[in-house]
Amino acid sequence: MRAVVTLATAVAVLLLLPAAAAAKDRRGAALYAANCASCHGLNGQGVPSATPGVNGVDGQGPPLRGVGARAADFYLRTGYMPLANAHDQPSRKHVVFTEPEIRALVRYVASLGTGPPVPTPHPGSVSAGLRLFTDHCAGCHQAVAQGGYVTGARVPPLTDATDRQIAEAVRVGPYLMPRFSTKAITPAQLNDIVAYVGYARHPDDRGGWAIGHLGPWPEGAVTWLLAAAALLGICTLLGRRLRT
Amino acid sequence: MTKLRDWLIAAGVLLLGRGSPPAPRESRPRIVAPGEPDRRAENIVLFLFVLATIAAAAFIAVYALDRLSHQTQWLGLAIGGAFALLALAGTVIAHRLVVTEELVEPYPEDSPDAQDEIVQIVEESGSRFTRKRLVTVVGAGALGTIGAALLAPAASLGPLLHTGELYRTTWRRGRRLVDEGGTPFSADAIEEGTFYTAYPEGADRELVGSPIVVVRLPPAEIRDRKDWAPRGIVAYSKICTHAGCAVALYRKPTFAAVQPRPALVCPCHYSTFDPAAGGAVLFGPAGRPLPQLPLEIDRAGNLRASGTFSGPVGPSWWGVRMGKARS
Amino acid sequence: MIRRIVRFLDQRTGTAPLLKKSLRYLFPDHWSFLLGEVALYCFVLLVLTGIYLTFFFDDSVAQMTYHGSYRPLDGSTVSHAYASVLHISFDVKAGLLIRQTHHWAANVFVAAIVLHVLRVFFTGAFRKPRDLTYLLGLGMLMLALLEGYAGYSLADDLLSGMGLAIGYSVAMSIPFVGANLANLIWDGPFPGSSSFWPRLFIAHVLVLPVLIGGLLAAHLVLVASRHHTQFKRSARESERHVVGIPAFPGQAPRSIGLMFWVFAVLFLLGGLVQINPVWLWGPYHVGDGTNGAQPDWYLGWLIGALRLVPGFDLTIGHYTLVPNPFWGGALFPGVVFGILILWPWLERKVTGDDAFHNLLERPRDNPWRTAIGVAILTWVFLIFVSGSADRVDVLFGIDYATQIWVYRVAIWVVPLIALFVTKRVCDELVAGERRR
Repeated sequence: MRAVVTLATAVAVLLLLPAAAAAKDRRGAALYAANCASCHGLNGQGVPSATPGVNGVDGQGPPLRGVGARAADFYLRTGYMPLANAHDQPSRKHVVFTEPEIRALVRYVASLGTGPPVPTPHPGSVSAGLRLFTDHCAGCHQAVAQGGYVTGARVPPLTDATDRQIAEAVRVGPYLMPRFSTKAITPAQLNDIVAYVGYARHPDDRGGWAIGHLGPWPEGAVTWLLAAAALLGICTLLGRRLRT
Repeated sequence: MTKLRDWLIAAGVLLLGRGSPPAPRESRPRIVAPGEPDRRAENIVLFLFVLATIAAAAFIAVYALDRLSHQTQWLGLAIGGAFALLALAGTVIAHRLVVTEELVEPYPEDSPDAQDEIVQIVEESGSRFTRKRLVTVVGAGALGTIGAALLAPAASLGPLLHTGELYRTTWRRGRRLVDEGGTPFSADAIEEGTFYTAYPEGADRELVGSPIVVVRLPPAEIRDRKDWAPRGIVAYSKICTHAGCAVALYRKPTFAAVQPRPALVCPCHYSTFDPAAGGAVLFGPAGRPLPQLPLEIDRAGNLRASGTFSGPVGPSWWGVRMGKARS
Repeated sequence: MIRRIVRFLDQRTGTAPLLKKSLRYLFPDHWSFLLGEVALYCFVLLVLTGIYLTFFFDDSVAQMTYHGSYRPLDGSTVSHAYASVLHISFDVKAGLLIRQTHHWAANVFVAAIVLHVLRVFFTGAFRKPRDLTYLLGLGMLMLALLEGYAGYSLADDLLSGMGLAIGYSVAMSIPFVGANLANLIWDGPFPGSSSFWPRLFIAHVLVLPVLIGGLLAAHLVLVASRHHTQFKRSARESERHVVGIPAFPGQAPRSIGLMFWVFAVLFLLGGLVQINPVWLWGPYHVGDGTNGAQPDWYLGWLIGALRLVPGFDLTIGHYTLVPNPFWGGALFPGVVFGILILWPWLERKVTGDDAFHNLLERPRDNPWRTAIGVAILTWVFLIFVSGSADRVDVLFGIDYATQIWVYRVAIWVVPLIALFVTKRVCDELVAGERRR
């Protein structure tokens, strides 16, 4: 009896799976059509020049064929996409989609051609990662990943990024960031970089209050707003004030 | 036992006693103005001194034990606190325990009489000279020349007159491009949309003429020196021509229709260079384009320099346009 | 007891009359007269903590493979100098406290000097007979900037190494002689020979401190010999008579108290607020760069100037007369210090006032000096702020290139506005007082 029930359940699941999958695909396609198609095209073929769209927003965006689950997962989970205006720099913001919606969208984009899957970073060496990060990343992202500026764009700090998002961004090269393939940065090296960024979130601050890890800016602010202010106050305590 | 009691009594007298009465002296008028005692302020000062002692002792203890987490913070609090307590004590003494007299005194004047006498002494001393101006001038010449002679060895500090080294670079025709680890770069390893730092094989990396940045562009996009860019691979000096920082930034457009073209950027003052146009300056304070290194692909498929830089590397000086880069 | 000491001293040195005079030397009482002392005590602490650091620092820029206490740098190629600074920070007990206190003291030292110079300028204390004292003080300010720059560059970390490259480029940019001068200082092209680091070290621990110390001694002797200036508070103060608190007993606890306050602030900062964590920046290499590299605050005016100047080298045919960094890196500070140095003479020439002045003016009492001073300060301050335009872009999203253009106009327009507004405010304040 038990065997019959198990068999029946198995058959039912197998019959329903494609339906469930189809439902998911339909949901992904629906979400895509509603949120992405105006810039990325109906089947992910891209919109090369500004095309007037709904609500007076011009659609314009690169093709998504072959970008794979990796890129979609990155752009959606960081909130980079959807982007209100094609000319804006994508930046980390509140994610409007729910978890099942993100999964559906990622699935859908991945289905638009063969592309790389979502990566899974593994533990790496912080010291090797430090050297790799200095060579490839620090110029834009700053020595301890506090972000910065490159002509034409803000470079985000990496303190809010998850390990997976770091791994994705390195390969994807979002917006103006270079993209580093496995030839340029091997998978082992990528793990090292992820390990270093993880360290940089809470680095060795044995000197005290780290004031943002930004170097001479906050140090100058402390010099004037804390030390000089305190010493000026102390001087007024010790010396007389001029009463006219 | 009685000895211990004597010591304790002595300590008590020292701490709580009123101190010794002033020794009788001949009655002299007071120099320092008198003031009322303020025992409360005195007690505050004593208390602060004790606290400062404890803080300073805490510093010694924390230092010696060397076991606390946030060791540096505790040390700083202890010694900083000790000084702050002493400072507070000093402030209380200044306001309450010493007299703040306000006295008047004349400002010093200059002394015209002494000035005159000095001039007189000097003039009278020179009265035996018949040709004062000549002696002074020739003497000054001698002393000045000795001064110059003593300063001359300062020229040994560096190649004062030989600025030719500034044109030299470690790159020459046939030098292979290698990465940080010494592995040669093959042309196939260079992909579009990213950047690579390369060094000349076998040469000192810590010279401004050594590090280069390599990028790959679609050959059709390269506008200048197309024969320096095999398969669209271009190489430039990594040292900014403005103020010598490493040009460690590269931006590439994901969607070229709305995003800026590829560029090499320097993090110091944001000089921006166009790799497709011979390193021309797109933005920022650099006064010269980034020197370009011509490349070729050897039979093994590795990248080599096919000559030296298009111009001297590094920041400008008076002769930077008066010579070519030399190997 | 005291009598025994005093008799011992006077019998052997003959200084009792001088000592007696010093004990009753008068200090006019105003809080702003203490700013110079704050700088002095910072210098004292700098020398004491600095001597301690020299017992551990290795002034060699030869490379080695790091295997010390800071694990993330394990296996990295660093210089001996950098490794010794890590050793001080991680292994020497209280080493990090002393190192951080030393660096905070340097930052606060220059800030105190700047506040002191502002007070001296805006109250007219630099006028005869104190113009020489004022020049000595400016000399110390210039040396302090150089000294701080040399000090934080000794660690050979990525941030300060980039700063040294920029310093080299500014030297190179001097017309006619730049390359020769840079070659001399660095013993060849950047990064220089193995002699350069010992030179930097000796400059920082011996030559510059001795020069500053000498100027300081002369400065203090002159201040004491001419007596301190004073505000006119009552009928007693005049150009002929100084009113003040005698050194002993009145001023001594204030000054000693101030010294302890300064030490307290600096040691508290040294222990509680991290400064220059060179292990996070990593070692300097010619081919490495990081975003957000800045000099210490007192050189921020120069990075602003370097970023604002448009991109051009001034050439005559093939001869490069003025390479770009010269304008912002050398001419700009030269102009500012030139104005400061020449000011007493300029003021005398323009106003025709050649007299001795022992009384100070309140800023409002000399509206033109105050207005011009505020204008120049505004000019320098705006250039200083422009050096942070990239951080402003990152924090507030205001486009960097746009900011640069706005600053290029603002640094000339806003000081003029400040000039007229300040003059007006001074005049109004004085008029308001007269009415009362």
